[in-house]
Amino acid sequence: MAKLPKVPVVIVGMGWVGGILAAELTKAGVQVVGLERGKSRSTEDYFMDHDELRYARRFELMQDLSKETITFRNTESMRALPMRSYGSFLLGDGLGGAGSHWNGQTHRFLPYDFEIYSQTVDRYGKGKIPAGMQLQDWGITYDEIEPYYDKFEQMAGISGESEANPMLGKRSHPFPTPPMKKTPILQRFEKASKKLGYHPYMIPSANLSENYKNPDGVSRAACQYCGFCERFGCEYGAKADPVVTVIPTAMATGKLEVRTFSNVTEILHDGKKATGVVYINTVTGEEVTQPADVVILGSFVLNNVRLLLSSKLGTPYDRKTGRGTIGRNYAYQVNSGHAVGFYDDEEFSTFMGAGALGMEFDDFNGDNFDHSDLKFLHGAGIRISQNGLRPIENNPAPQGTPTWGKEWKKTTLKYANRVLTVAIQGASLPWKHHYLDLDPTYKDIYGKPLLRITFDFEDQDRELTKFLADKAGEVMKEMGPSHVEVKDKLDPYNIVPYQSTHNTGGVIMGADPETSAVNSYLQMWEAENVFVVGASAFPHNSGYNPTDTVGALAYRAAEGIQKYLKQGGVLV
Amino acid sequence: MLPGLKLGKSSKPARSKEPDESRRKFLKASGMTLGGLVVGGVFGGVLTDSLEKNQAPAPASSKPETSLQDALMFFNQEQFKMTEAAAERIYPVDENGPGAKALGVAFFIDHQLAGPWGYNARDYMMGPFVQAQTTQGEQSRLKRNEMFTLGLEGLKSYCQQKHQKAFTELEGQQQDEVLTAMEKGDKFPMRGVTSSSFFNMLKNLTIEGVYADPLYGGNRNMNGWKMRNFPGNQMSYAQQITKEGLVQIQPKSLQAHMSE
Repeated sequence: MAKLPKVPVVIVGMGWVGGILAAELTKAGVQVVGLERGKSRSTEDYFMDHDELRYARRFELMQDLSKETITFRNTESMRALPMRSYGSFLLGDGLGGAGSHWNGQTHRFLPYDFEIYSQTVDRYGKGKIPAGMQLQDWGITYDEIEPYYDKFEQMAGISGESEANPMLGKRSHPFPTPPMKKTPILQRFEKASKKLGYHPYMIPSANLSENYKNPDGVSRAACQYCGFCERFGCEYGAKADPVVTVIPTAMATGKLEVRTFSNVTEILHDGKKATGVVYINTVTGEEVTQPADVVILGSFVLNNVRLLLSSKLGTPYDRKTGRGTIGRNYAYQVNSGHAVGFYDDEEFSTFMGAGALGMEFDDFNGDNFDHSDLKFLHGAGIRISQNGLRPIENNPAPQGTPTWGKEWKKTTLKYANRVLTVAIQGASLPWKHHYLDLDPTYKDIYGKPLLRITFDFEDQDRELTKFLADKAGEVMKEMGPSHVEVKDKLDPYNIVPYQSTHNTGGVIMGADPETSAVNSYLQMWEAENVFVVGASAFPHNSGYNPTDTVGALAYRAAEGIQKYLKQGGVLV
Repeated sequence: MLPGLKLGKSSKPARSKEPDESRRKFLKASGMTLGGLVVGGVFGGVLTDSLEKNQAPAPASSKPETSLQDALMFFNQEQFKMTEAAAERIYPVDENGPGAKALGVAFFIDHQLAGPWGYNARDYMMGPFVQAQTTQGEQSRLKRNEMFTLGLEGLKSYCQQKHQKAFTELEGQQQDEVLTAMEKGDKFPMRGVTSSSFFNMLKNLTIEGVYADPLYGGNRNMNGWKMRNFPGNQMSYAQQITKEGLVQIQPKSLQAHMSE
């Protein structure tokens, strides 16, 4: 095995987290090595980007599951089986990672989210939290994380409405660019939701509303609303992506070395500190040791957890005793509830759009409404999105229509441009029996155990969906369609249909080493030179898209790591 | 240094001739002239054309389109004919325009089964293979193209047994009855795949073949798109997205990029 000279910092994964940390550390003069298992990417690679089959159906930008996947079971009484092809969520791959294929919706979490346990107990008493729900505070407050949100938003050029919204946390600075275009479809949603007394706003967008030069001097062009965003790359660089923002910033310092086709398989450690990582150069097949003073895990949620477990670093979560932290509080998102409006007398240009083009209101998100008489906690954003409806995946027909044949063709063609949807994006709260561990049977191509997910929807999620989807239905009706269908019933979690790539938890943050794996600088309690950064640190998932919070945590970690490189020790 | 990383530099435009007036106006309006960063080779002259050709689209034609590419990579003749006939029942010709057959869907399916998707090249295929709960997804040791072959074999025997005829010889109504039984898994034996899984695969492939970019062999002459006013590969809707109603745009396929 080749052993390379020691470096100050090694990063596993070059997506948003890896890119932000590389940019911040190299600007501060630190030498960084970034290891990326996939290939390099540039905007030129998206020459043939507007290809629904290749990108949306055959998952061009996603990880090759023949090498590695996860296993899944709803409950502990089931045998976990591998996710053999893509469904419920999509794992990014290559330079930019999930930051290349995301939609660009850039919400902050609510002040309530960071103190969810304390605030729930204060307002409703301990008895409001159902048995088995493992709600916990984040060890950081909204006011403390706010400056880091601001940093991410300035870097990415987020487009949004800066007027104060009573439902959201305060902002120290306005959004760097104005909101995206308020299209006729969005105006219709705005009018309807305002009439019902709600507070709609333009979804903060990482698809630029206008040309923008960020504080690092990186310039990007405005979004063209071409309708190919999520699952696609952006050939314009209008969608903020690590490849067109933080990675070039880091490269310009001359202090970042990115090694692509480098798949990290192990974190080396002595039980107290990491000494480096082992990776496979997938071009040569060679196993390489890269010693480092600081190891940053910046890969996707699931891989962060798997690497810690298979490297035996940190104490694995034991569901029976509740002890240990690695794998604890896996959460997801509750997205199935929605209301569809069919318009017999109107057509819309729903094929136009952008990943983050939409409007939303948060009157039923977080604790913005009274839960005293409700059988669930938290809530959901209620939103309309105009992302660009593509023809393979969007063939709506009213219930009762045959699912193929003459009548199906006629009806789906009729409604191809006559359907609007108001959807919910619900919070997912943690439970003792939802967790991640290593699968006892299935292995990756290197012979290492796959990660096993044990997760299902609970009554909390079903109650939330029923309540929120009915609210979405009221808005949809107000938008004047000929016919509305509301889906307010939540089925058991099924890994087959796509739902959301907002997987969270497993290496969660907090103030107490007994119940959290990392502190508020994302530093591991059990290994002070290891920083595990990403949505893996979320103790629960909110009713929003996670990337703004992931970005904020990365900026927070960057500050912590610089402090650590100077003084060492536990940072809090 | 990172091989292949081309960031922060503009690349050479694909076409070097002086931009015409409409292109210049557009670039000005959308701010594309900025700094040169990231607006790379993709732009070439592509934007200009999407703006110039916004006349009302021509209606979809039901006339079959053939080309030298119309040959098979995977199916034998019988398999091709059965697939073509079944796909046509799923997406039939009607007053809106062509059905699966004229759209080349069976060629699309043939090519997909012969390629990486048909061979599950990017799927996890290591054992053990265990009976799954419905929430856990397909757990088959077979490749998709093997499942498809066995599905067609099952369809053939069913028709022989029930009607003593080939599927392609049945009347449309009878074909629909067979496909309905197959979808429901109603006494429809197949090896290695359930008849409803096979039906779903056939149905999904048919829809993909109707609406995927024509480069894959289906959606002939973009007629699948034309039937629903989908404009395909357009570089910008920035000037149109604030308009009320349905904006009709002449569709373009990915092939348009090759002539830039």
